[in-house]
This record gives sequence, structure tokens and C-alpha cells, in this order.
Amino acid sequence: MRPSRRITAVLAAVLVVCLTAAVLTVTHADRARPVSTLEEVLYVPSPAIIKRMSLGYTGLMADIYWTRAVQYFGSKHVLHSRQYKLLAPLLEITTQLDPQLVPAYEFGSIFLTQPPPDGAGDPDAAIRLVQYGIQQNPNDWHLYYDLGFIFYLDKKDYPAAAKAFAQGAKVPDAHPFLKVLAARMAERGGETQTARLLWTTTYETTTDRNIKSNAISHLRALDVDEVVPRLEGVIRQYKQRSGQLPQSWVDLIRAGYLPGVPLDPVGHPYKLAAGGRVEVAVPDDLPFITQGLPPSMQASEKPKL
Amino acid sequence: MSRVTSIASNTFREAVRDRVLYNLIAFALLMMGASLLVGQISLGVERNVVINLGLTAVSLFGLVIAVFIGIGLVSKEIEKKTLYTILSRPVRRWEFILGKFGGLVATLVVNTFFMAIGIFAAVLYLARHFQKADAYLLVALYFIILQFVMITALALLFSSFSSPLLSAVFAFALFIIGTFAQDLRGFAALTHGAARWIATAAAYVVPNFAALNIISSVAHGQPVAGSLVLYNSLYALLYSAAAVAGAMLIFEHRNLK
Repeated sequence: MRPSRRITAVLAAVLVVCLTAAVLTVTHADRARPVSTLEEVLYVPSPAIIKRMSLGYTGLMADIYWTRAVQYFGSKHVLHSRQYKLLAPLLEITTQLDPQLVPAYEFGSIFLTQPPPDGAGDPDAAIRLVQYGIQQNPNDWHLYYDLGFIFYLDKKDYPAAAKAFAQGAKVPDAHPFLKVLAARMAERGGETQTARLLWTTTYETTTDRNIKSNAISHLRALDVDEVVPRLEGVIRQYKQRSGQLPQSWVDLIRAGYLPGVPLDPVGHPYKLAAGGRVEVAVPDDLPFITQGLPPSMQASEKPKL
Repeated sequence: MSRVTSIASNTFREAVRDRVLYNLIAFALLMMGASLLVGQISLGVERNVVINLGLTAVSLFGLVIAVFIGIGLVSKEIEKKTLYTILSRPVRRWEFILGKFGGLVATLVVNTFFMAIGIFAAVLYLARHFQKADAYLLVALYFIILQFVMITALALLFSSFSSPLLSAVFAFALFIIGTFAQDLRGFAALTHGAARWIATAAAYVVPNFAALNIISSVAHGQPVAGSLVLYNSLYALLYSAAAVAGAMLIFEHRNLK
């Protein structure tokens, strides 16, 4: 017996209406419930147990935990959170499930080192993570580079950085620049020029657009941090000679101190602020800068050297 | 031999008629979703996820098919009384079991073949080109097929003396135990005296599925040793042969009245 068209139409309509109403109801129910705190909970904190539970499919499980770590970091970062409690455990689980998952060490160490609110501000955890990565992947020179990078920029431990770069340089197919970096570390750790070289190497050697973009931001910040004190020095010279502060860049150009209006790395003209200070026009466009910020804005805690 | 082939081809046709291959639609949707979404929600692991997800799905989908079809291969024929028609012809009981086994393995190989096309298409979509290391995916897929052969043999063995429900439970339990094969050997090494012998024997009797799972390493493009391919092939062949022989033996002596 064929079902009647009317019954079919009625049942289809009931199905659609009920499903839509159910979805609407559940969204109301979600709003009525107190805010869940589940986000900050790791149901199974032990990597060993998770490994057993994955029934051998550890690769996929590691990808899931890595994606969870990225999502956790992203959601906290958007909210300018200063606490990243689950980040280190999530990265530990990810890398123990799949010790060859190199992006987890590379990005994970960046997430961990960057000071709050840009990251967890825990370079020691990042060092432990990358050292574990090197132990598991001794022939990947990128990891030695990352380790040296953290020692140099975040711990300012130049001998340790030199050692990491030198060890990385011994790895087959390592980027030749590691030898140069090791030598520079040993000779002149702490120079802006060395920091610039590090970020330039990062930019040139990575194929990942997120790491490239991060390197550009740091290179721009280094530019600003170099240019702003230099411009403020020029303003002081002008004041010494003319007895007053310049009213605009035009005064400095006319006096022959500057060839034109100085522009920041994103192309905005620098602002000549009160008291002979120099500020960037749009601070949000230049993360990681420590110079040229308006007095109301806190300087990034990110070390530049 | 032609009798075995006939039973195998009928088993394959029956599986297709039972819409077993519909799982390919779910698999295709999974691969498409993974290829499009992963880049947006994760970092630097797009190729890894597609390979891990693809191969894991091939393995799990196939496992479910192998167990649920495998346990019904004999019991369904008894229930529908078609077994008596078959056995009234010049077909030996062992030929029936071998044909059923071959038919289900063929179904799983065809299913895996289409899924493999899906995985390679997703990898090509993400990377825009193939690399030499992608060839190792074929080895991982081959090992997954070896897993299916072993699981099908075990499901058939259990179904030859037990109810379908219990057979499914036994087969899944053995699959889970088999993924812990290395740990079982480790535990056995910790014991002493007679317990050590018993534990070691038990650890070696359960199927070693851990050795057949190389999904994570091929996702990183790591090469697979030729010796591993050889030993895994031999192991799967011998283990499955033993399980199928056991199934034949039990079925030969089973009272079907």
C-alpha cells in the first residue's frame, strides 16, 4: 500500500517543526544554565592513560589534543586572559601521544613563552617541551633553533643559547645560519642586531604563514624600538639648539634634522607627542613594541633582546 | 576450488545488497569535512590530520564491518535455513567456511580500495601534489587489510560455536586486547615461574594488532622497513589461517540438526 501524500506532507512538516523547536528550546536551556567551567578541566590528565585509551590510534588522538590546545590558546588569547592553566598539560599530552608532531613543539613553545596576555609566560615549560622534542627528534634542526631562541630571547641565557645553536648546527642538513648564530651568541649576546637576525632567520626558514606573520611583527617591533629613541634624541638636539620643542615634524625637516616625516613599519607617520615624546599612531598594529606607546598603554612584557 | 569461489562471490554480492558499501558515503563526508575544516581549527597539521583521520576511519569502519558481517556469516545461513540447501549440494563444510571468509575479505578489500582513493584525493587537495612519502600510505592500508583478515577470521571462529551477540563481544574484546599486545608481553616479563609461562603464552596467543598499526608513523612520512612488511604479512597469514582452520574444525563437528 502506498502512503498517502497528505500523510507524508504532514509527517514531514511535523518533523521539521519539532526539530526546529527542539533546537530553539535547547539554546534557551543553554542560556538558562550557569556558565560552564568545563573548559578548564582535563578529564584525563595522564598522557599514559590517554595513550592506552586510544587503542593504538595515537596519531589521531594527538591531532585532536593539538587542535584542542590551539583552540584553548586562541580562545584565551582573544579574551586577553593572563592565565593559561591547561596549555602546558595539553601540549604534554599531545607530544607524548605523538612525539614526532613537530608543529606542536614549534607553535607550543611560542604559546608558552610569550608573556601574558600574548601567551602563558612560562619559558621554562617551553624549554622542557622543546627539550623533550629534541630527545624524540634528534635530527630536526628546527627544534634546536627554537630552544636557542627561547634561551636567547626569553631567558637571556646566552651560553645556553649558543650551546643549543651549536648542537643544532651539527645535525645533518641543518641550516648553515645556526653556526653563525652560535658564534654571535658566544661573542655578542644581547644585541638588537642579533635579535633581528634571529627573527629574519625564522621568517626565511619557515613555511608556515602564522610563524612568518609572528616574525614580521617582531621585526617591526624591533624597528620601532630602535627608531623611537633615535627620534626622541633628535628632538632633544633640536630643543638644545633652538630652546624649544618642535611643534611638528615640519620644524625638524626645515631645520635639516630629518629628510621627511618619519613613518612606522606599517606606514603610519609617527606622532609627535607632548614633552618631546614620540608615539606610534596605531599601537594595536604593532604588537610587542616597548617604545612609542601612549602613556595610558602598558608596554608589552615581551623582551626584545 | 570453484565451489569456494562461488560461495565467496555470493557472500560479496550479499554484502553489497545489504548496503555495506554505504559506509563509503559517511567516509567521503568525513574526508571532505576534515580537508576543509582542519586548516581553520588547527595549526600546521593539516596533512597529518587527513592521513590520521582517514586511516583510522578506514580501520574502524572496516573493523565494524568485519565483526558484524563476520559473526552473521554462519548464523544467518542457519537461521534462514539456506545452509541446508547449500550443504545438500556437493559442498564440504570447510569449503563453505573458506568461501564465506574469502567473500567478506574481498568486500573489505573493495571497501578499503574506495576509501584509499578518498584519502589520496584529500591529501592531493591539501598538498596540491604527491610526495614520495605518500607511497607509505599504501603500506599502512595494506597493514589495515591484514588486520581485517585477522578480525574476519576471528569473528568467523567465534560465530562457528557461539551466538552472534557473544561472537561480536569476543571479537571486539580480542581486538582491544590485541592493541595492548606489547603491554601484555611486558607484564608477562614481570612475572615469575609458571605464571610467567602462562602469561607469556597468553600474550603471544592474542592477536598482535599493535604491530599492524603504523598510521602515526606514515602520517609523518617515516619509511616502513621491508622486513616489517614481510613479517607482518606472514604473521597475519599464519594467524588467520589458524583461526579459519579452527572455525572449519568446529563447524565440521557441529551438529546442525
